[in-house]
Amino acid sequence: MTSSYLHAPGFIAGDRPKIVTSRFEYVDSYKIDRFIATGGYQGLRSALSRPAQTVHDDVKSATVLGRGGAGFPAGVKWGLTPQEVWPRYLVVNGDESEPGTYKDRLLMERDPHQLIEGCLIACYAAGLSQCFLYIRGEMAVAQERVAEALNEAYEAGYVGKNILGTNFSVDIVLHWGAGAYVVGEETALIESLEGNRGMPRLKPPFFPAANGLYGQPTIVNNVETLANLPWLMTNGVDAYTAIGTKTSPGTRMVAVSGHVVRPGVYEIVNGTTTFRDLIYGEEFCGGIRNGHALKAFVPGGGSAPWFTSDQLDLPFEGSQVGAAGSMLGSGAIMVMDETTDIPAAALTLTRFYAHESCGKCTPCREGGTWLERILSRVVDGKGTDADLAQLIEVGESICPGDFPHASNEALGLTAVPFPYKMTTICFVGPSAYVPVHSALTLFRSEFDARITKRTMIKVTAVGVSS
Amino acid sequence: MSRLTDAHVALANEIIGRYPRPKSALVPLLHLAQEQDGYITRDAMVHIGELVGVTSAEVYGTATFYEMFKFEPVGKYVVNICGTMSCALMGSEELMHHAEQRLGIKAGGTTPDGMFTLEHAECQAACTEAPCLQVNYRYRYRLTPADLDELIDDLSAERLTHEIPPHGTVAKVRQHIPSHRGVGVVAPELVTESPAWLNGKAAL
Ligand SMILES: Cc1cc2nc3c(=O)[nH]c(=O)nc-3n(C[C@H](O)[C@H](O)[C@H](O)COP(=O)(O)O)c2cc1C
Ligand code: SF4
Ligand code: FES
Repeated sequence: MTSSYLHAPGFIAGDRPKIVTSRFEYVDSYKIDRFIATGGYQGLRSALSRPAQTVHDDVKSATVLGRGGAGFPAGVKWGLTPQEVWPRYLVVNGDESEPGTYKDRLLMERDPHQLIEGCLIACYAAGLSQCFLYIRGEMAVAQERVAEALNEAYEAGYVGKNILGTNFSVDIVLHWGAGAYVVGEETALIESLEGNRGMPRLKPPFFPAANGLYGQPTIVNNVETLANLPWLMTNGVDAYTAIGTKTSPGTRMVAVSGHVVRPGVYEIVNGTTTFRDLIYGEEFCGGIRNGHALKAFVPGGGSAPWFTSDQLDLPFEGSQVGAAGSMLGSGAIMVMDETTDIPAAALTLTRFYAHESCGKCTPCREGGTWLERILSRVVDGKGTDADLAQLIEVGESICPGDFPHASNEALGLTAVPFPYKMTTICFVGPSAYVPVHSALTLFRSEFDARITKRTMIKVTAVGVSS
Repeated sequence: MSRLTDAHVALANEIIGRYPRPKSALVPLLHLAQEQDGYITRDAMVHIGELVGVTSAEVYGTATFYEMFKFEPVGKYVVNICGTMSCALMGSEELMHHAEQRLGIKAGGTTPDGMFTLEHAECQAACTEAPCLQVNYRYRYRLTPADLDELIDDLSAERLTHEIPPHGTVAKVRQHIPSHRGVGVVAPELVTESPAWLNGKAAL
C-alpha cells in the first residue's frame, strides 16, 4: 500500500523498511516531544555509552554510503583525517540543489532532530569538536525547523556543553547560504562557510578530510548520510546490513519526477530496487502518465548520463549503474515520455550548469556558455549542421576522451563506464555537456530534424502536449 | 542609509561569536542587512566589514557571488519560477509566460507599484511537485496558470502576510545558543589536544 502525507509534500510512504522517514507520518514530527516519544536520541545514548572508536567501527562495518553524490563510505572518510591534528570539524551539506533532487529538504523540514542526533553521533565517533550545519539559502522553512529544533535541543541538554551529563561537548551552529548551486561541492561549501565566494578548491591538495575549514581536518557529509546514524546506533550493524545488499546496505531516498503517474519521494531498499520497479511499480510511480511510452530517464540527478528502457532492469546499485555508463548521484530520477522535445529538455539542464558555473575554470565558464547558446539556437530552429559538430567539439574540450554512456542495442552502442575525464576543477563543467551528449547520442534524429527544416519551431512547454 | 540598527548589531555580534573566524559570519550578516532594508545597501556593507574586520570591498566580493543578494530595491514579493528540467517537463514555461502577462513585466523586472519582482529560478528541490515556484522563498506546488492568478490576487490583497514576510526576511526563527549551554569557540591554532571524550568512553 502506498500513502502520501499532505504535511510532507511529495513524500509517498509504502510497506517498506523505514530508516530515515519513520516519523514522517506525524504532523508534528519536527517537534522534540514527538521525537523523543518515538525513540529519538536513543541512538545518541547508545553511542555515548561506548568508546568513540567502537562507534566509528560500527559505521565502517555497516558501510553507510554517502548520499550526497559520490557514494563514498562515511566510516572510511572519517578515518582519512591526519593523525593528531586538532581541532577537526564537521560540515553538514544541506545545500541540496542538484536538478531533480528532493530529499534533504524533506529530512530537514520533517525530522530535524534526527539530523541533529546524526551530527552528534558523527562528532562523537570521529572526534569532531564543532559542527556547522549549512542549509541552502532558499530553504526558509528548513532553516526555521532546524533553528527551532536546535534551540529545543540546547535547552534539553542534547547539544552543547556536557551532553547528557558526559564529557562529550559540541556546538552545532546553523549556517545558511544565499543561492549558488556550486556551493554544494564540498570545497566550495567550505569557502562559503569561511565567508568567501563559493568557488571550489583544487583537489589535491585540498581534500577536506586533510585540509578543510580554516585549514583543519574537516568531514563534509550529506544530510541523508547523517540521518542514517541514529537508526544504525539504535538497531545495530546487523539490522542495518540486513536491509539492501552487501555493497549498498540500508535504504535510499529517491525522488522520481517528470512524466510519471505518481511523482514522489520514496524511501527504497538500497541495491535491489530496479528502475523498472520505481517507474512502473504500483507501490511506486505507477507507470508513465496518460498511457504514454517511456522515452528516456536521467537516473541520478542532472549530472548523470541518460538511460532508456534498455536500462530499466538495473538495480539501484552504484557499481552496476556506473559500469552501465551513468551514476546514482543524488537519488534523483527524471522521467521523459514520448512526447518530450529532447533538444529542449537537454537545454534546460545545460542552461542550468552554464548559469551555475563559478567562472574559475575557462572550459566550464566559456564552454558551458557556448553549449547553452549553440543548443538554444538549435532548439529555436536556427541551427546549422556545423552547430552540432561544434557542440561535440566544445564538449570534448571540457571532457576529453571516451564519454560515459549506456549501451543501446538499436544504436549499436556498448556502454562506456562512468566517470569521465575532465579539464575542470569540479563536475559543473562536464555536467553542462552530459545532457547534450546523451541527447545527441540517443536522439540524433531530433536534432537533425530541427536543422534540415530550417524553420522556426515554437517551443512553449517542453513535452507538455499529450 | 543604512547601517545596521542597534538591535541588528547585537544580533550580528551574537552570530559572529559562533565562528572561530569572524569572516565566516559574512553571509548570515548580509542576510540580516537585506532583512532590514529589503536589499543590500553600500552603508550596510561598510558596516558589516567593520563588524567582522574585513574591507568593504571584500564584503562586496562575497555578496555579489550569491544570487539571493540584491543591490537595488526589488518588489515586496519576489516570485521565483523554477525552469529546470522536472519543472520544464511539467509546463513551467507556460507558467512563466502567464506570469509575465499577468504582471505586465518580463522575468527580471519589477512592477511599477513595487509589489512584485519576477525571476526565472533554477531547481528548488521540489522536483516531484512540478511546476513550482517560491514567493520570498516560500513554496507553491503543482501550479496551473489559474493557481498563479489566485496567488497573485492573494498577495496583492495582502492576504498571505502571516505566512510570507516581505522580501529580505528568509527564516522567521533564529538559532540562539544559551550562554550556560554553549561550548563556545576557540581559535583552531589554540587547540593542540584531542577532545576529552576520545580517550576512553564518555561515561554516561
Ligand atoms: C557541483 C557539485 C554539487 C554538489 N552538490 C551537493 C549538494 O547539494 N548536497 C550534497 O550533499 N552534496 C553535494 N555534492 C557532493 C559533495 O561534494 C560531497 O561529496 C558530499 O556532500 C559528501 O557527503 P557524503 O559523503 O555524505 O555524500 C556536490 C558535488 C558537486 C561536484
Ligand atoms: S568546473 Fe565550473 S563551477 Fe567547477 S570550479 Fe570550474 S568553473 Fe567553477
Ligand atoms: S526542477 Fe523545478 S524544483 Fe527541481
